[in-house]
Amino acid sequence: MIAFLVRRLLQAIAVMAVVAFCAFFMFQFVGDPVNQMVAEDATEEDRQYLRESLGLNDPIPVQFAKFALNAAQGNYGISYQHKRPVAALILERMPATLELAITAAVIAALLGVPAGVYTGLRRFGFTSKLIMTLSLIGISLPTFLIGILLIYLFAVILGWLPSFGRGEVTHLGAWETNFLSISGIKSLILPAITLALFQMTFIMRLIRSEMLEVLRTDFIKFARARGLHNRAINYGHALKNTLVPVITIIGLQLGSLIAFAIITETVFQWPGMGQLFLQAVQVVDIPIMSAYLIMIAFFFVVINLIVDMLYYVVDPRLRIDQPGGGGGHG
Amino acid sequence: MTAENNQPLLSVRNLRIEFPTRRGTLVAVDDISFDIAPGEILGVVGESGAGKSLTGAAIIGLLEPPGRIAQGEILLEGRRIDDLPYEEIRRIRGRQIGAIFQDPLTSLNPLYSVSRQLTETIQTHLSMNERQARERALELLEEVGIPGASERIDHYPHQFSGGMRQRVVIALALCAEPRLIIADEPTTALDVSIQAQIISLLKRLCNDHGTAVMLVTHDMGVIAEAADRVAVMYSGRIAEIGPVQEVVRAAKHPYTHGLMGSIPHIGHHVDQLTQIEGSMPRLQEIPPGCPFNPRCEQVSERCYVERPNLQVAEKSEVACHLFDAPGLEVRAGD
Repeated sequence: MIAFLVRRLLQAIAVMAVVAFCAFFMFQFVGDPVNQMVAEDATEEDRQYLRESLGLNDPIPVQFAKFALNAAQGNYGISYQHKRPVAALILERMPATLELAITAAVIAALLGVPAGVYTGLRRFGFTSKLIMTLSLIGISLPTFLIGILLIYLFAVILGWLPSFGRGEVTHLGAWETNFLSISGIKSLILPAITLALFQMTFIMRLIRSEMLEVLRTDFIKFARARGLHNRAINYGHALKNTLVPVITIIGLQLGSLIAFAIITETVFQWPGMGQLFLQAVQVVDIPIMSAYLIMIAFFFVVINLIVDMLYYVVDPRLRIDQPGGGGGHG
Repeated sequence: MTAENNQPLLSVRNLRIEFPTRRGTLVAVDDISFDIAPGEILGVVGESGAGKSLTGAAIIGLLEPPGRIAQGEILLEGRRIDDLPYEEIRRIRGRQIGAIFQDPLTSLNPLYSVSRQLTETIQTHLSMNERQARERALELLEEVGIPGASERIDHYPHQFSGGMRQRVVIALALCAEPRLIIADEPTTALDVSIQAQIISLLKRLCNDHGTAVMLVTHDMGVIAEAADRVAVMYSGRIAEIGPVQEVVRAAKHPYTHGLMGSIPHIGHHVDQLTQIEGSMPRLQEIPPGCPFNPRCEQVSERCYVERPNLQVAEKSEVACHLFDAPGLEVRAGD
């Protein structure tokens, strides 16, 4: 277990180094930031001065070393556009995105898992077929369209929920939360559902196919032959055996939820990191783009690490260094 | 051999199992009847697809759809169990009829320890608290011969060898002291050296507990070793049923004859083992009359048109026109 963790940590560090290198290289290839920053009537001396002060004239290895060192300390430089430290900009926006992504993940799991179990168990039932057909909508409609349809229905026609923004947020230290005010929660509902819909149908279909697979196994047949209660068989024995692939997917999906909340944030003008990133792309604000890239990679690496450790919790066959393995002959 | 004076423990009457398909209905088990007496071991033997396992599955109500019981009834101690609602048949499974399946490697849930699987089963059927159930689980493991049971009880299935896992499976089947165990090919997936141990264990335990066994196998050696009576199945029908000595030593049905001839005997030198020409017909190609007629060496006109019914022939019952009482050209046995 320890050896495994150390190995995984080293891998994670290697991944982060590669990502940092890519993020750094964006500076070399994506346009000349100086053009975006100086006034139109700036002289060549002004430009040179700016280049020098931004460190853009140093040799490339020196630039990367500086960059990596700073990045590891959470210092991603100054945004060209906002003229403020990137780390602070991102941290300000992070609570909005994280709350949205986590709410969406919880909705997706809470509805997706039972729906998957249900459709797996009652494969030929009418309700199952209905759910499966409806899920095609979630799988195939693009997120922005679902967002716009939801806004049209619930904000424009019914007027129940706000169509954009975070509403009223409560400050908990540096963290701004949606969860502590009615207006905040109401604002969260539509974007969270929009973001969750695809994940929910995805989880549901995954669990369904895994359940169908597991329900055919001999140990389920044997559990039935022992007269165990259906509940114990379906949830205790079958569902638990679907968990390893499901945890993997849900973990990766949580990463995607954070990374790809961009579209939902744009549709709902949600003041999160995605919006910050999109603005940065439009004005070639490379420090923000590279910091965003590094941060998303970091989320994926951390989530993967957690998923790998959860395997150990779920599946005893992976705990190989437990005493008494093998042995015994019949 | 108490079937004559007592009520049978299990009685299967005119059982017919069908599989509706788009190209018509396949009859996998066709009108079979047999009894199992309390404490008796009935061997059921036949080729793959003869309907042995399906019969076992039908008895515990675990036929997989679209397979269904189309006709007949199954009685446990005189009470009909094939038409019970789900919850009632569930309570019979494990409590009155246990089951053991072919592959011990896949019969146990890999994610739960042996103790958890045992106590769960025990507590489902018997009113015991966690501690009592664990004690009983430990006794069972000791009884099925797991060395160091008190340490191994908390191990997971992957930590046991194949033979040990099959012992755990047997312990699981015995959890609630069922009166009957359906053992479907319990040794087929095991090493030959371990097969004999498992069979003798099963035989000893059932003897100790007075448990009857329906032992489904295609291994005549296992049958000869363990069974009291044997039913030979062919194409979803019973070809011959009788005391094991009688069927093994004095097979009557030409098919049983062929089966016995294909077993090598130590001490008898033969250049070539006899084999039955051809193979068992597929379900959609079962011929009219006797299903064995394409392969039978003693076939007559009648076998192509009239289906033989089981009838008494000495100590056995056999479904073959050679043994028809009024049919005068009978050649008994040869």
